[in-house]
Amino acid sequence: MQAFAALIDGLIYTRSRDHKVRLIAEYLRDTPDPDRGWALAALAGTLSIATVKSAAIRAMAEERFDPMLFRMSRDYVGDTAETVALMWPDIAAEAVAPTVSEVIDLLNNTSRARAPNLLAELMDRLDANGRYALLKLATGGMRVGISARLAKTAFGQAFGVSVDDVEEVWHALRPPYAELFAWGEGKSERPDPADSAFFRPFMLAHPLEDGSVNLEDFAAEWKWDGIRIQIASTGGETRLFSRGGDEVTAAFPEIAAAFNGIGVVDGELLVRGDVQGGEAASFNALQQRLGRKNVTAAMQAEYPVFVRLYDILFDGAEDMRSQPWTVRRERLELFAARLDPVRFDLSAIIEARDFDHLAEMRAAARAAAIEGVMLKRRDAPYLAGRKVGLWYKWKREPLVADCVMMYAQRGSGKRSSFYSDYTFGCWTPDGVLLPVGKAYSGFSDAELKWLDRFVRDNTVARFGPVREVEKSLVLEVAFDAVHESKRHKSGIAMRFPRISRLRRDKPADEADSIANLRAMIG
Amino acid sequence: MVYIALAAPHIKPQKRNVIIARTVAQHWIEPHAHGIYVKPADMWIDPSRPAERALVTHGHADHARSGHGTVWATPETLAIMALRYGTETGTPMRYGDGFEANGVKISFHPAGHVLGSAQILLEHAGERVVVTGDYKRRFDPTCAPFEPVPCDVLITEATFGLPVFTHPPIEDEIAKLLAAREANGDGCILIGAYALGKAQRVIAELRRAGYDAPIYIHGAMQKMCDLYMAHDVPLGELILATGLAKAEMKGGIVIAPPSAMNDRWAQRLPDPITAMASGWMRVRQRARQRNVELPLVISDHADWNELTDTLLELRPSETWITHGRTDALGRWCELHQLKARALDLVGREEEDES
Repeated sequence: MQAFAALIDGLIYTRSRDHKVRLIAEYLRDTPDPDRGWALAALAGTLSIATVKSAAIRAMAEERFDPMLFRMSRDYVGDTAETVALMWPDIAAEAVAPTVSEVIDLLNNTSRARAPNLLAELMDRLDANGRYALLKLATGGMRVGISARLAKTAFGQAFGVSVDDVEEVWHALRPPYAELFAWGEGKSERPDPADSAFFRPFMLAHPLEDGSVNLEDFAAEWKWDGIRIQIASTGGETRLFSRGGDEVTAAFPEIAAAFNGIGVVDGELLVRGDVQGGEAASFNALQQRLGRKNVTAAMQAEYPVFVRLYDILFDGAEDMRSQPWTVRRERLELFAARLDPVRFDLSAIIEARDFDHLAEMRAAARAAAIEGVMLKRRDAPYLAGRKVGLWYKWKREPLVADCVMMYAQRGSGKRSSFYSDYTFGCWTPDGVLLPVGKAYSGFSDAELKWLDRFVRDNTVARFGPVREVEKSLVLEVAFDAVHESKRHKSGIAMRFPRISRLRRDKPADEADSIANLRAMIG
Repeated sequence: MVYIALAAPHIKPQKRNVIIARTVAQHWIEPHAHGIYVKPADMWIDPSRPAERALVTHGHADHARSGHGTVWATPETLAIMALRYGTETGTPMRYGDGFEANGVKISFHPAGHVLGSAQILLEHAGERVVVTGDYKRRFDPTCAPFEPVPCDVLITEATFGLPVFTHPPIEDEIAKLLAAREANGDGCILIGAYALGKAQRVIAELRRAGYDAPIYIHGAMQKMCDLYMAHDVPLGELILATGLAKAEMKGGIVIAPPSAMNDRWAQRLPDPITAMASGWMRVRQRARQRNVELPLVISDHADWNELTDTLLELRPSETWITHGRTDALGRWCELHQLKARALDLVGREEEDES
């Protein structure tokens, strides 16, 4: 467990991607089976321990510590597992630390009711770093900035095999991946990929910035505001992958079940109908489903999802990636026509006369699900990653409003301990501020420090972790759209609000009114 | 038995909306936003604005400001103030020394925080009040160890007043540092450390661990290191990093103030691993926020156990909690049937050691 804990900490403190890959590769080479296999599964997100839920860890903590002291600590640290690991008394001195596989075996063979006690016993045998790694391992979600793809890349580097070969056999194998390591070390043949659907890296776009392109060379499509997704199917099995190559099939089973083509396609996961244009919560609901191991029928019914197809990578067994976009597009249209129209449609090509016309159409487009325009070179193949000059994203100009900061809360993760989440409001005709949104991005580190100081120096009341501040600071807020909302007293909600400027020069009573915001509803 | 969250009466009252459980009876010691006022003696402790008569616990800038009329402090603190502010003079008070001012007996006692750091004991009308200033209970080769002083009212710091803060043994952190240096022979280790106290302690601990190679220091630290050595704290051979060729510092240890770490200054160093010596390094995301690759949990403040053990040891009839996590330590007092109140001093909220 200590080696695994050291790896986790190493990954947390290392910024460079290459260095992270190197750390994982070293660990995979130096650690015996099956520990390294479980660790690889934990990093790639394929490890699931059914008996431990994060609520159980909080419950365990509140049973052992004063709940108020625990909450204050959790509020400061910004992470439940780390808080518990740090608060837990150190009595590990003589104890023998458990191995990763011992932990996995014990937790897999206990019940949900007995798991907290078992965890507590294991915690007593570890130091603070070990306890942190244990809790992260048990709950899944290591949060060390490693995607499934990067974990496989590290495996490839450790044993000198290609990451695509790893991808191809990956889904035919199960943790702790003994066959994979045996192959990596040259002790056995490459495992049989069987009839396996696997991930291919996405093609990504550069921002267009202030440039322009010739529409004879570039096709234009709307950039949809959902979740980019890849569907791979061999006919025998269908898998869904997110941008980082993490498998998300279990989160969207209705899509996998409805897909009756064979091949690999690229598209955007969206919510059908009014829902997508309405409450911003619909997108959040989609996001929250991403991390789930399973979803209820109610969740599926509440937000009917479908995939808007952008591209085709494989048609049947035929690799289309080296073909120009025009050829792939024709093939995609034929492919899409055979799919269930309830769950799949085609991302339309925008028919613009020229670039200026396109700019007009982009400016006029206010549907909440449109994030901007994509420009794709007609003769470009489908290439992994972000290649210069082939694909551009041209995001819509945001709307802005001047709002007044009302409440602040500490952030979590990288921003724990900073007051970095701000609730802001606009004025009613009676001169009352009502909240219209919450933002936690858009400012620089220096601005964050200033904002944090402002909150601390201007607190007028505290409600648990939330501070109410003096209503004196105007924030210019940028957002993609505004729409009706029953959730907020103001009756409106913003889509993707972020702080665009601090208006320290502007008096609070000159900030925008709710009526001004309402006029922007598109 | 009551924990009272009470704002000092003088801070921006128009902006405050803190619930006051009950009015604290007028005490002869008054907490103000800018310092602690000893009323009968007409003296301020660690005032953050110029005062006619100031008692100073130690030399850190948030406690020792310039511009006071008369200063009472330990000889070491006075020397540090003279170094920092040039003209400062004052009445030196050695540990154990005391004097009387209008019915208040005032004496200085070791706090174990940095060279010259003191707790101040105030005796008046049969009541003993101790102001800890910043303190720690761990061994530190660069300063005199903390001495517990029995008292009725303890005014304690609470910089690390959360149960997540337990500082590991410094030997472990120094070993971690030496191992990283060993593994990075072609580069160097750059340690961010406070120029007063932390830097010298890290150097002295490296020496204690047997590291006798020269240690490279940032120019801003030289005078303070000289001052420590003049006060019989041996630091071994120190070399100014400024102006040295990269190759000379290969495999070495460099110490700089935290502000210089992500600065152009650090570009002169050979492939540095950035380390930071601070109690905040205990929390992973705090280390990440500062781009630290090698966090060293080394603090000159009492950790949670030291804070609470000290309260149990002294069992004052009342505890006043100043800068830091006043809420959590107040809660702990409540759970342990100790009467406590939180003071709200400006400019010292938790980022103290950054």
